[in-house]
Amino acid sequence: MATVLVLVTTADGAADKVALQALALGRQLADGGAVHALVIGDAAAAAELGAWGASSVHLAQHPQLDAPAPDAAARILDDLAGSLGATFVVGPGTEEGNTVLARAAARAGLPFAANCSAVTPGSPVTVTRSRWGGSLLEEAAIHADRVILTAAAHVFEAVDTGGSADVAAFTPALDDADLAVRVVGRVPAPSGGVSLSDAKVVVSGGRGAGSADGFGPVVELAGLLGAAVGCSRAVTIAGWRPHTEQVGQTGTKIAPELYIAAGVSGATQHLAGCKGAKRILAINKDPEAPIMTAADYAVIGDMAEVLPAISAAIRRARGA
Amino acid sequence: MRVLVCVKRVPAVAGLITLTEDERAIDTKYVGFQVGPHEECAVEEAVRLVEAHGGESVVLTLGPAEALEQLREAMSIGANRAIHLVTDGADWDAESTAGAIVGAIRADEAANGPFDVVLVGNEAADSGGYQVGVRIARALGRPAVTGIKGLSVADGTARAEQEAASGRNVFEVKLPAVVAVLEGINLPRYPSVPGRLRAKSKPVASSSPDRPAQRLEMRRLVVPATEAKQAQVLGRGAEAAQAVVELLSSVGVL
Ligand SMILES: Cc1cc2nc3c(=O)[nH]c(=O)nc-3n(C[C@H](O)[C@H](O)[C@H](O)COP(=O)(O)OP(=O)(O)OC[C@H]3O[C@@H](n4cnc5c(N)ncnc54)[C@H](O)[C@@H]3O)c2cc1C
Ligand SMILES: Nc1ncnc2c1ncn2[C@@H]1O[C@H](COP(=O)(O)O)[C@@H](O)[C@H]1O
Repeated sequence: MATVLVLVTTADGAADKVALQALALGRQLADGGAVHALVIGDAAAAAELGAWGASSVHLAQHPQLDAPAPDAAARILDDLAGSLGATFVVGPGTEEGNTVLARAAARAGLPFAANCSAVTPGSPVTVTRSRWGGSLLEEAAIHADRVILTAAAHVFEAVDTGGSADVAAFTPALDDADLAVRVVGRVPAPSGGVSLSDAKVVVSGGRGAGSADGFGPVVELAGLLGAAVGCSRAVTIAGWRPHTEQVGQTGTKIAPELYIAAGVSGATQHLAGCKGAKRILAINKDPEAPIMTAADYAVIGDMAEVLPAISAAIRRARGA
Repeated sequence: MRVLVCVKRVPAVAGLITLTEDERAIDTKYVGFQVGPHEECAVEEAVRLVEAHGGESVVLTLGPAEALEQLREAMSIGANRAIHLVTDGADWDAESTAGAIVGAIRADEAANGPFDVVLVGNEAADSGGYQVGVRIARALGRPAVTGIKGLSVADGTARAEQEAASGRNVFEVKLPAVVAVLEGINLPRYPSVPGRLRAKSKPVASSSPDRPAQRLEMRRLVVPATEAKQAQVLGRGAEAAQAVVELLSSVGVL
């Protein structure tokens, strides 16, 4: 049995998906012990957490916490971990989760293991964690009395336990220094276009497009399918397309119904971003390209011929 | 303005990853080395800050003797000098890495005054620790912003932008500060031939910090099992178009 504290990040009154997965990991680690959830600011989200495995919920409320403030979150988490005597402090393996847990570890002077896909209690605790965006795994031992880690996204299954938990609201102690890093404004997203991370279909081009102009047929097919346009890193560093379209380890992670990748070799770092796709269609002139062992379907050929032919066939099919 | 940028030498893997026999490192017999994409952008950002505001940019790495290559690369696009914390090639966890970098920053600042901006990658390309930047900031009592895709500096303040659902969050922090950047913040330039020549004579200060006991102790690397697929070939060239249309309609995306 262990005492576990889980940071549950939220947006607009609901817990983040990955945070509920972290809560499931927390419940597993507690092994019958207490599973404390910490929510910052969001009372509506806090009220739901008993059902997702929390045995008690701590709701931090503070007038200065209306905007994200990662050091303040880290302070609250670290203080609470101390007063509960938590042996595990867990968060979601997201940008927000990783930065807050890293900051909490830095405060406490303890190690931090980001993006863990397995955790084995013991002395020392051992973890399996992602390297290279998940293309490689690391088994590591954590030598610390309090283990601070995040749960890799989409590994643990959030479990609706149907339970309930009391929500204890409190006002955390915060200094000016804790609030020095705080969101002071927002820049709205440019409107229009299909969001890459949520798109049902993504059509990507790689170096095989040959030039910025070579993307014409990629954009045309995407338009016909109502799809988002994606690309590989070879394309963004050549300046052919903006980085916002890059799929992969250092780009966007996508999970469409269908991913069409033309002229993309299928480097591990590219696959790290598209392995969530339900189906992959590769268009490549090289039948031996690595993407062939990640794709479900393939067309062997020159994308400059194949893509316009597909667009023409779609138009014909629709015209009929 | 003084800017420090921290980079890590990592293998330039692309295809199948193979491990060394002891399963503690990537087999690099057939691969080169580079710095990760976030850090390439961090170097570019450091050079641009100094181009805009004057001063100097310093590139730092903790790594084996060979990591001098990555320092020269950064100096060839404009970093003024380098600090090399030389290791024997063993893996250092993020906590000890940050500790050694903090030591080097303190020593350099004692002689030359504070770095207004310390730039790091958001996460290292290989180990993905997500923490060196915030640890440096904590130790030095400076603010840190992470996940940054836009940066401007004026009047002793950094304005930093971070992508968020439907837009960007804006942070404003007082300098000196630590900024952890993501690829996409800029488009890094390629080194020029004169740039490469100049880099050869730029100063590199080397020292060898002690490696403390690792509290996040890497024991073994594992290549994850993936289901080995073999794509079903729908056809060749333009003739395959009809088969693709049938696939599109059968999966309901037409
Ligand atoms: C830490 C790190 C992070 C990275 N992150 C990312 C990332 O987020 N996203 C990413 O994409 N990469 C990333 N990379 C880079 C990655 O390793 C590859 O370099 C990159 O994905 C290659 O892009 P590509 O497939 O377009 O180019 P190439 O590897 O050059 O492949 C081009 C392909 O196009 C085919 N081709 C050529 N001409 C034609 C034609 N006329 N018609 C059809 N096919 C053709 C070729 O057969 C080949 O398969 C990262 C690398 C590192 C080290
Ligand atoms: N060995 C190293 N030498 C210099 N900088 C490093 C080193 N390791 C990590 N960093 C910097 O810290 C960032 C984040 O690393 P990490 O927290 O380990 O993911 C990297 O992108 C680098 O900018």
